[in-house]
Amino acid sequence: MQDIIAGVRNLTHEFQLNKKLKIRAIDGLSLDIRRGEILGVVGESGSGKSTLARCMMNIYRPTEGEVFFKNIKCSDRAEYKKHAFELQTKRQIIFQDSASSLNPRMRVIDIIAEPFRINHIVPIRGSIENEARFQLKYTGLDEELLYKYPGELSGGQRQRVAIARALAMEPELLVADEPISAVDVSIQAQLVNLFKHLRNEHGFSIMFIAHDLAMVEFLCDRVAIMYRGRLVELAETKELFANPLHPYTKLLLSCIPIPDPRAERERKHPDFDETEFDTSGCLTEISEGHLLLCGGEKSNNKKGSLAIG
Amino acid sequence: MGNILEIKNLSVKIPAHGGTVSAVRDVSLELKKGETLAIVGESGCGKSMLCKSIMKLLPERAVIESGQIIVNGTDITGLSDREMTKLRGQLFSYVFQDPLSALDPTMTIGRQIAESILIHQRNLGKEEILARINELLTLVGIKNPEERSRLHSYELSGGMRQRCVLAIVLASNPRILLADEPTTALDVTIQAQILDLLKDIQKKRNMSTVLVSHDMGVVARVADRVAIMYAGKIVETGTAEDIFYSPAHPYTQGLLKSLPINSRGKDVLETIPGMPPSLMRLPKGDAFACRNPKALPIDFIEEPPMFKISDSHFAASWTLDKRYKNSNLE
Repeated sequence: MQDIIAGVRNLTHEFQLNKKLKIRAIDGLSLDIRRGEILGVVGESGSGKSTLARCMMNIYRPTEGEVFFKNIKCSDRAEYKKHAFELQTKRQIIFQDSASSLNPRMRVIDIIAEPFRINHIVPIRGSIENEARFQLKYTGLDEELLYKYPGELSGGQRQRVAIARALAMEPELLVADEPISAVDVSIQAQLVNLFKHLRNEHGFSIMFIAHDLAMVEFLCDRVAIMYRGRLVELAETKELFANPLHPYTKLLLSCIPIPDPRAERERKHPDFDETEFDTSGCLTEISEGHLLLCGGEKSNNKKGSLAIG
Repeated sequence: MGNILEIKNLSVKIPAHGGTVSAVRDVSLELKKGETLAIVGESGCGKSMLCKSIMKLLPERAVIESGQIIVNGTDITGLSDREMTKLRGQLFSYVFQDPLSALDPTMTIGRQIAESILIHQRNLGKEEILARINELLTLVGIKNPEERSRLHSYELSGGMRQRCVLAIVLASNPRILLADEPTTALDVTIQAQILDLLKDIQKKRNMSTVLVSHDMGVVARVADRVAIMYAGKIVETGTAEDIFYSPAHPYTQGLLKSLPINSRGKDVLETIPGMPPSLMRLPKGDAFACRNPKALPIDFIEEPPMFKISDSHFAASWTLDKRYKNSNLE
């Protein structure tokens, strides 16, 4: 068994919209992140991916279930307070929209220095300036950006600054909530390479939330597929892409557009109509490391068993 | 040839703080009847500005410096706002990226479609309008149109919203559909549906489509012809086959190489180094030269013109110049 760095157990998160209406964004989800792996989380919009990320980072308080990091049960208030320093430095998050996650009135150097100030940490590299310079270089940015404001940077540069800020604390777990969907195609590839480098060379554990399946296939070691707040399938990337079992996974995979006009024109997309998939049942290990949601009333649910491909 | 839209040497400039932005630089394009043309490029390369200048919906400050836009044989470059209003809708319609902000949250879907119908055909009776709404909603693949037309936009899913936007757009029977990243805000599964729907409608209505996208997979699925745009200029045009199977411009080659599908099994993705240049301070010569590892000395001095590769395939790269080819052979 590999070393598990963080995870959630039976996590449920509900948003109370008004007195009567509750939305269950995450429904009894359990997930582990192993040390030194990139775990991809994929799902349609509204399937609870971002809520999961925020629960993992203690931004949202889960309605039920627990969140843990190493041996710390961080969904527990007392325990969170006790280990607050470690939890706040060793876990970092990168948001999707770097334009709104960076303070427009702070210079890049101040943005990178902020975690040091908040946590009262003396920078390892002597001064904050040296530290910021190092982080910028590390994420592939030019040092001259140090005294610029986020508004003067391009989307790709801003996202790198956000990554630099997260890395400044030398975290062990990085939660990246769609970090590449708001940047250009040619920059996306650069960022993906950066994430891969971080994992390979420095052993970061990364939870990578995305909806671009092609990128996920390239980058991630394991992939978790979410649907309506539940985990429907989880497997090693190769296994999942070669041998998808859940109908929703199959549907997702069959919809990835291929950059080949002849093949793509020939290809027929499965015909489905706002399909509802069965989300009852429980996660079962089908083969080693391949988890699948099954055992519900699948046979009764005609829509759920809709044949694909 | 049956060109429904022709753009000749169009240049658009926008004055801004600290200089002018050359949003569109000397763009020539044509769109044939019933064809889908995809414009591919990074954000800020002028794709949307190009589309907006076709619709003449440019921001007030923007100036069309030179060039002509010819739609259906008439030059619309100099038309006044009033004359354009008449043309818009009849000739072309625009589908925006985000369907939620394109729809009015206070009106039902049916009402919004009716609004669009009434602008173009004022003398319709209530029954006729209702019938037309149902017809349009069925056309875009919405079942139970009577019930659905009574819903508001926030009650619908993302895919449904984009279908409704399409219904509104199609109400005026446009000849050209300008779709600005119509599926970027949608999930992959919904994206596939909407793309198929677009193609289907296009065939039924014999429309021409200009699709703006940065997703090469999407482009491969729907486009007949592709134009690659970089820093306000078209750097390569050709049929989808030309572009995907024998890309000639280094930028196009880089774009295709950086797709993860082409790096399967490798450890790193191929990338295009550097960042796109700012349209305010364009470098001398070829705008792509500083990101092109194989740039020639001349790339930094003079901008390459469009070279013809075949009847359908053109690219602006000095590597296609006869002199370069000859020197390479020696």
